[in-house]
Parts: sequence; structure tokens; C-alpha cells
Amino acid sequence: MSNQLPAIVLLLTLLAAPLCSMMRNGDHAWKLAVSSAWLSVVAAFALLQQVWGGYEISYHMGGWPPPWGIEVRIDELSALVLVLVTLFGSIVLSALRESLRPIMRSHRHSLYYTTFLLCMASLIGITITGDAFNVFVFLEISSLSTYALIARGRDRRALTASFRYLIMGTIGATFILIAIGFIYMVTGTLNMADLAERLPAHADNRVVQASFAFFTIGIALKVAVFPLHYWLPNSYTYAPKATTAFLAATATKVSLYVMIRFVFDVYGIEFSFQQMQLGLLLVPLSIAGFLIASLTAVFQNDVKRLLAWSSVAQLSYMVLGLGLLNIDGLTASITHMFNHAMIKAGLFLALAAMIYRVESSKLSDLAGIGRTMPYTTAAFVILGLGLIGVPLTAGFVSKWYLISAALEKDWLWLAVLLIASSLMAVVYIGKIIDAAYFKPVSASHAQVKEVPPIILIPCWTFALLTIYFGIDTRLSAGLAGRVAQTLLGVGS
Amino acid sequence: MTAPTLLLLCVLIPLLGGVFLALQGKSPNTRDTISLVTGVALFAAVLGLYPAVLAGESPLLILAEPIKGLPISLQVEPLGLLFATVASGLWILTTIYGMGYMRGNKETHQTRFFLCFAISIAAAMGIAFAGNLFTLFLFYEMLTICTYPLVTHKGNEDARRGGRIYLGILMFTSIGFLLFATLWTYNLAGTLDFRAGGILQDHVTPTTALILLTLFAFGTGKAALMPFHRWLPAAMVAPTPVSALLHAVAVVKAGVFTILKVTIYIFGIDLIAETGAGEIALWVATFTLTVASLVALTKNNLKARLAYSTIGQLSYVVVGAMLANAAGIIGATMQIAMHAMGKITLFFCAGAIYVATHKTDISDMRGLGYKMPFTFAAFFIGSISIIGLPPMGGSWAKWHLLLGSIEATQWIIVGALLLSSLLNIAYLIPVAARAFYMTPEQKAAPGPIAEAPMLCVVPLCITASGTLLLFIFGDALNHLVTLIPLRAELP
Amino acid sequence: MFTGLFNYWVVIIIMMSGLYVVMSSSNLIKKIIGLNIFQTAVFILFISMGKISGGTAPILAEGITAYSNPLPHVLILTAIVVGVATTALGLAIAVRVHEAYGSVDEIEIAAIDAADFDQETPAKPAEDTTS
Repeated sequence: MSNQLPAIVLLLTLLAAPLCSMMRNGDHAWKLAVSSAWLSVVAAFALLQQVWGGYEISYHMGGWPPPWGIEVRIDELSALVLVLVTLFGSIVLSALRESLRPIMRSHRHSLYYTTFLLCMASLIGITITGDAFNVFVFLEISSLSTYALIARGRDRRALTASFRYLIMGTIGATFILIAIGFIYMVTGTLNMADLAERLPAHADNRVVQASFAFFTIGIALKVAVFPLHYWLPNSYTYAPKATTAFLAATATKVSLYVMIRFVFDVYGIEFSFQQMQLGLLLVPLSIAGFLIASLTAVFQNDVKRLLAWSSVAQLSYMVLGLGLLNIDGLTASITHMFNHAMIKAGLFLALAAMIYRVESSKLSDLAGIGRTMPYTTAAFVILGLGLIGVPLTAGFVSKWYLISAALEKDWLWLAVLLIASSLMAVVYIGKIIDAAYFKPVSASHAQVKEVPPIILIPCWTFALLTIYFGIDTRLSAGLAGRVAQTLLGVGS
Repeated sequence: MTAPTLLLLCVLIPLLGGVFLALQGKSPNTRDTISLVTGVALFAAVLGLYPAVLAGESPLLILAEPIKGLPISLQVEPLGLLFATVASGLWILTTIYGMGYMRGNKETHQTRFFLCFAISIAAAMGIAFAGNLFTLFLFYEMLTICTYPLVTHKGNEDARRGGRIYLGILMFTSIGFLLFATLWTYNLAGTLDFRAGGILQDHVTPTTALILLTLFAFGTGKAALMPFHRWLPAAMVAPTPVSALLHAVAVVKAGVFTILKVTIYIFGIDLIAETGAGEIALWVATFTLTVASLVALTKNNLKARLAYSTIGQLSYVVVGAMLANAAGIIGATMQIAMHAMGKITLFFCAGAIYVATHKTDISDMRGLGYKMPFTFAAFFIGSISIIGLPPMGGSWAKWHLLLGSIEATQWIIVGALLLSSLLNIAYLIPVAARAFYMTPEQKAAPGPIAEAPMLCVVPLCITASGTLLLFIFGDALNHLVTLIPLRAELP
Repeated sequence: MFTGLFNYWVVIIIMMSGLYVVMSSSNLIKKIIGLNIFQTAVFILFISMGKISGGTAPILAEGITAYSNPLPHVLILTAIVVGVATTALGLAIAVRVHEAYGSVDEIEIAAIDAADFDQETPAKPAEDTTS
């Protein structure tokens, strides 16, 4: 049983998806979806426990040995991402039923859960597969389900946002397909471990270099690296509320994982950073990204859009950590991937709870919500502090590593810029807190009540996790540190 | 009980007390009992740490390690112990006073008030016993955040504006400067532990040291160096017990305490003396202490005047730290204790006057001394201590600070200190003098004595006599202060 | 040069035409068509690379030594399925857009959104530069 876990963790959600679609009753579908999702969380933790300490699992699908068969490969990094996707996805899914009620009739719910599960399953697939082509296929499945999820937003602008994302996403994914085709042409293999072994011999081959360029652009689109973030703010703003929580937590993070996998493992650091000088591309772009995005966030009056822009900024931090190419930087990237997923999911979920009652996410409509919905707002504030990076929250740990990484390079100016960006986060989170607690409740929203526990509990779960991972960081930063050492090939 | 357990208790007791308070919120009597018991227990725990420290030990307790090489740890050393003693001892008095004040004024949300209060004290204890700069920073931020609801307690527009300034300045300086300086230090020295003789020796150039120490000085917004002093007057919208304990003792003292810790245990006074790293901070502090006294003269609102007086007095500590010699450090450390005792007396008095008469302006207090003799007598005693005249405790601190600046041959600073003392006289003595020697504007018949409730008056009498005791037993305090290891012991 | 790499030249030409259509047309349907052309180019790329001139299908038979590599072809079957799904979804969204806005022209839709926005909050500048 336990050595079949790599298949089980994927199949649970992948099989539950079509089953859900056959159910007419939304409630039953929800129960099935939630239980399969939580079972996959258990499986993910079991896998994490198996690889804990730097081990690897290689599972051969259908018993075919690699490089002929498809290999599932799980190391600590993929196990962490697996936990991220399943755990945060499941928490959001638990709150989803209640927040879907206002936007669609209940017999449609089951289809929505199907899409959600498909998205989750494909993200799991991307994480664990050891086959480059599989990455593309799962990436496309996740993207397609994401477009569908976004398009269900209440506002008709959700449709255009989704369409725009579809165009950009498909171009990005096709670029990745081209890249995979090119390296297959040169090496004749698609197994990632095999590729990693064979590629260094072809480092001077133009085809490999072109493939790297295609891959970088394609995945940068998916990660929303500035200036390819164009699709993100609108998609997050107009998608159904709870869905945004899921997408913000997982989709971009998994893309980032793919980026790390390919850049560090498949192409290899020497090729990526010394021959192709990826650092020179990523560092300036991400610096521009977090400055511009933070600044834009400060001037938003719609909280959803504000948080979406803040996501762009936070993703830039992660990419910056990669580009710095030292242990602290990479640790920061991976830790922040996990922490930010948790924090942003929580924030969007808390915001979804507010929208559930207030039916708007404009700052002016959220005035005084700290008094009408005290528990939701309190959770939002804790998570907001995490986003800023206040000590004893998870956000602090990752920022600490990131600034350390900048200082390690003797880039004082970068440390100053990072702190400036954190201060902008203080301003935009402060704006929300200010509205929530210090503006009078407008008459039309005076009757707003607290949300039902089924939404409130997930919000608070995220809030408490944020504090927990600010204190006990064995799972986040501890693991990330080990992974960073392995990826950079120093010590262990 | 071993010393590490006691250390943990020092942080946990107020937290647990706070939780009990929150659960038992309904009955005011139960609540006050819990507050009081917590306060006494905490004070006992702090006192329990003295044997170990007097024996020259410094017990260490590691709580967690969120970032590799940077544990959250607690450790006792004389300076921290002194701060903890002052804060926890005065907490008991403030609790008693707070009961009288809050009931006398029929304030709302009393449970929230006492809960936040308890958490603030826990944070202050954490600052006092922080084992490294990282832990100190954690508790520093915690203190900022959990005192915020106390500042905005009244919930009106004024309170909110005050709260916004309070949070804005403290967060901005701590994230913008203090965190940055901390990270930089970690990057340079590879550790953030507090060590005798400092950790930065051999790791910095004079210019870096100058920038770094200046960042620390401004980053510690709670030390209220100009131009980051605006939060302190703004925070005076809080109920008086808050102003008394937090903005005369815990919060502001946490600020100067941080600066002292940094100068002694991160830089080491020798390094500062050699490189002149303290220059900028020293002159800013000198400027602040003079100008703040001048501003205090112009304030008619009693609490505002006291707030500016606090700003000035805090700068004495910074000056003492930046002088970077033994006398300066001793003076600065003593100033923490002496000023705390003196200023809390003055704030208690201001609160008592408010409870009894609802007067806040100094000009309205003419002739009030006959109605409230104890309060104004205490105010007078407290003033003397703040000014630094014998036979009150404050004189020891000023004495050592003067010695320190003479030793450093900083004649301008000697002059500034003397001038500031004169200004102190000019803005503090008239308050008591008006009350006793001027007749009120309306010729009301001199009524009977109408003091504030006993619960308010007794604590302020205790603290007033405390300033006297500190003078008499200054030697014992001196002994504790000289235990602070200023230099690394030779192996 | 040109003849030997004929397939690849075709791939480049088709790919660029597809991308150009996606970028230049404001009609959502035409964008989908452009996307399709673009993807087709990639399919041809994959198919070309698996083909060996003179090679046959990989079925063991007497007298045949050269086989084409079947794997790229199999992969591209999957990619085609993905492409079809994308097209279907894109068209479905286009239909919904038409229902909601009465138009499938990007510029017109942007104008409608801008008009909406002006009504909601008068006297405020545009929301942000990306929308």
C-alpha cells in the first residue's frame, strides 16, 4: 500500500473528478470532493514523511522502468509542493460550497467541483511527474480547468479576463512544448533525470539554447514574472471569490516549482546561470516587478485587485530569490512559495467571506467591517500582518532569508529596496485595516452578520497556520534550506 | 525552581493572566483580583532571578528556532533584570491604580483593556530578557501591536488619529531602520547574540559602524528621538494608566533599553569610543533633550507637557549610551529606573486630577493643591526627582551622566544637560506651585479635601516615596548596574 | 539549406503567422483561429523530427531496417487533443462573451467595460493601466 502512494495521491482526485460530474446533487458531489481531497492530503503527508531528510522515491507507472516508462519522482521539494497543493486546496474546497451558493444553482455545483478537482489533480501531477512531456500535459489540464473556473465569475468581465488568460496561457504552454520538443530532438529522452544527465554534453548546441529560451518565456508567463503578469490581476479580480484563493495559492506556485525543476535540475545551474546568464534576466525583472506591483497595489480601491497586485509583487520576491543564486535566496524562494500560498489563500478566503455578506470588495463598502464581522476581519488582519512580514508570522521568515541573501551578495541597495517594498505592503494592508476598523459602518451594511462557521473555520485555519509557520519552520524553511543546498550542489 | 523556568514564567505569567482575564470578563471584582495576583506573581518571579544574577550567572533558555542560527531565546543579565524589575514592580501599582481610574471614570471595554495590558507586559518582559537581538525585535514589534488597542481605547476620532500616528511611526521606523540594521548586523557578524564586549568588533569599518548605530538609534522609534517623537504625544489620548505604565515605563523604556543593549552587547562601548560611531545619535539626542524641554514649556495640557518631558528624559539615556564610557552607561541605566519611578508618579497624579475634577489643563489647576494635597505633594516630589535634585533618586542618574560627559570631555553636552535641568524646573515646578500658591479664579469657598479614590491616591504616594527610597538605596542599585559586563572577559 | 530543412521553414512561417493573427486581430474568434494555426506549427515540428527519410512505421517486418521514431507522433496526438480542448473552451467562452456583451470584438468590449466603469464611479481616473 505505502509503496503505491505516489500513484494514489494523484488518482484520488483524478478519479473523484469524473465521479463528481455524474452526480446531480451538489451536496453529495461536495462531500465526495472534500473527502477525496482530504485523503490526498493524508497521502501527501505520508509521502513527505517517507522522503523527509533528503530521500527520493522513484515510482514506475505500470511497472515500466525509466527512461522508457513514465517515472514518478518525489523528493523533498516535490513533497513540499504536494503538501502545499493538497492541503491548501482542500481547505479552500471545504469552504467552497457555501460561497458558491450565491453565484450558481446547486445542480451546477457538481460540475464546478469536477473542474476544481481536475485542476487540483493536474497540479499534483505536475509536481510528482518525472517526465517532461507529462509536465506539459498536466500544465495544460490545469490551465484549461483554471480558465473554466475563472470564467464562472459573477462579473461579466470574468469572461474577458478568462479569455485573455487562455490566449496567454496557451501561448506559454505551447512555448514549453516547443522547448520540450527541442531537447527531445537533441537527447532523445523525455525522462527528466535522464535529460539532466545528457544535456550538459550538448550545452553548446544552439537547439538546446533555443529550447531554454522558449522554456524560460513560457514558464515566466505561467509564473507571472513581470512584465508577463498581464493576465493575473484581472483573472484574480473577477474569478469567483473562493476560487481565487485556490488559484493564488497553488497555480503560480506550481509553475514556479516547474521553473525551479527545469532550471536547476534539467538544464543544470551551470548552463542556466553561467552560460545563459538567466540571473541577469530574472533579477532586474523581478526587482522592477515587486516595486511596480507594490506601488500599484497601494493605489487600488478594490481589495481583490489590491491583493492580486500584491500577488504579482510577492511572486517577484520568489523569482528574485532564484535569480540571486545563493542558498539563502533559494531558501527564501521555496519558503516564500509555501508561506505566501498559505497567506494569500487565507486572505482571499477571508475576503471571500466578506464579499459573501457585503457583496462588494470596494474599500468604501468594507468600511467598518471590523465591527460587523469581527472574527473574519481578525483573521484577515493576522494574515495581512503575515503578508507584510511582521515577526512571528510566516511571512517574516521568508523575507528574512531574502534580505539575508541580498546582503550576502553585498547588495545593500537591494536590501533597502526590499524593505521599501515591505513598507508599501504596510501601507496597502494598513489601508484595509484602516477602513475595516476606523471608518464608520455605512447604513446599507449595518445589518451585515458574521459568516457561517464553514467559511470562518478555513479562514482561521490559514491564520493559525501563518502564525505556526512563523515559529516552527522545520517544514518550511528547514526543508527549503536542505533543498537549496541540494539544488546548488553544495554541502548537505 | 531553576532560573530558566523562572524566565519562561516571566513571559508566561502575564500571558496566562491575560487569558484568565478574557475568560472571566464578566465580574469586575474577579477580574481585578486576577490582575493583581498575576502582577504579584510576576514580580515574585522576577525577584527570583536575582540570586542567579548576583552570583554572576546568566541563565539561557531557547524557546524555538524559526531561522537557522537565530533562536528565539531568553537570557538574564543585569540590565534586563533591572528593566524587568522596574516594569513588573510598577505594573502592580498600575493595576491597583487602573482599577480606581477605570471604575472612577466608568470606562467601557475594561476586559479588553486589561487583556491588552497583560500582553503588553508579557512583551516588555520578553524585551527585557531577550537572549539575542532577533528575539528582542520580535517582542518589540509585539509590544507595538498590542499597545495599539490601548491607545485607541476611547474609540473616538481623536483616539483613532493618535493611534494612526502611533502605529505609523513605530512600524515605519522599526521595519525601515531597525529590521534593516538587525539584518545588516547579522550579515556582518554572523550572529545576533548579546555578548559582553559586542559582536561587531573587527567586522566593521568606522563608516559602517556610524551608519549602523545611527540606524539603530532612529530605528528604535520607541526611544522617541527627534524627528520620530510625534507618536508619544499622540499616544497620550490613551487612558492615563496606559500613559503611565506604557508611555512612561514599558514602551518608551523598551526603546532606550534596546539602544542600551545594542551599544553594550552588540557594538561594545570600546568599539563606539574608538570609531566615533555614536556621533550622530549623540548630537541628535542632545538636540532632542533641549528642544523637547522647550516645547514642554509651551504645553498647557498636563499630559502633553509630561509627554514632551518624557521625550527629553529619554534622550538622557541615549546620550548616556552614546558617550560610551562606564559612567555614561551607569547613568543611562539608572536613568531608566529613576525616570520610570518619577514619571509614573507624575502620570498617576495627572490621572488622579482628571478623575477627581476632570481637568486636564494646567491653567485650570490653580489652587487645586488644597483640595488634593496628597496628589500635588506627590507631584512635587516626582518633579524634583525628574529634575534631578537631591534628595530624590533622579539625582544619581543625572550625576553619573554629567560625570560621563565630563570624562568624554564633551563640554557642550555638559552644558546642554545643565540647561535642560533648568528647563525641567521651569516646566515642572509651576504645576505644583500654581496648585499650592495661587488662588482659583472663582472664589469658591475652600471646600473639604476631595481627593481621587483611594485606589488612585495610594499608588501615587507609594511611587513618590519610591523616588526617595531610590536615593537612599542608590548604592544597591549601583551595585547591580556595575555588574553589567561592559567588556569581554579576558580568557 | 532551404530544401533540407523545408519542414522547419514551414514550421517557422506558420508559427509566426499564427502568432501574428493572435496579436493583430481584435475579434475573439479570429484569435482562437490564430492560436490554432500557431499550435499546428508545433505539431508539424514534432512530426517532422520523428520522421526519418525512407523509414516506415515501426512495425517489425522483413527487409526493413529504418523506422521512424513513433514517440513524437504519439506525443503529438496528446497535444492535438489538448489543442482541441483549448479551442473548444475558448469558443465556449467566446459564446458566453457574446451573450454578455453582444459583441466578440475586444475593442468594443473594452469600450463597454470602460463605460460601465464610468457609471459606477464618476469623477475617478481609469482603474489601472492593464485593464
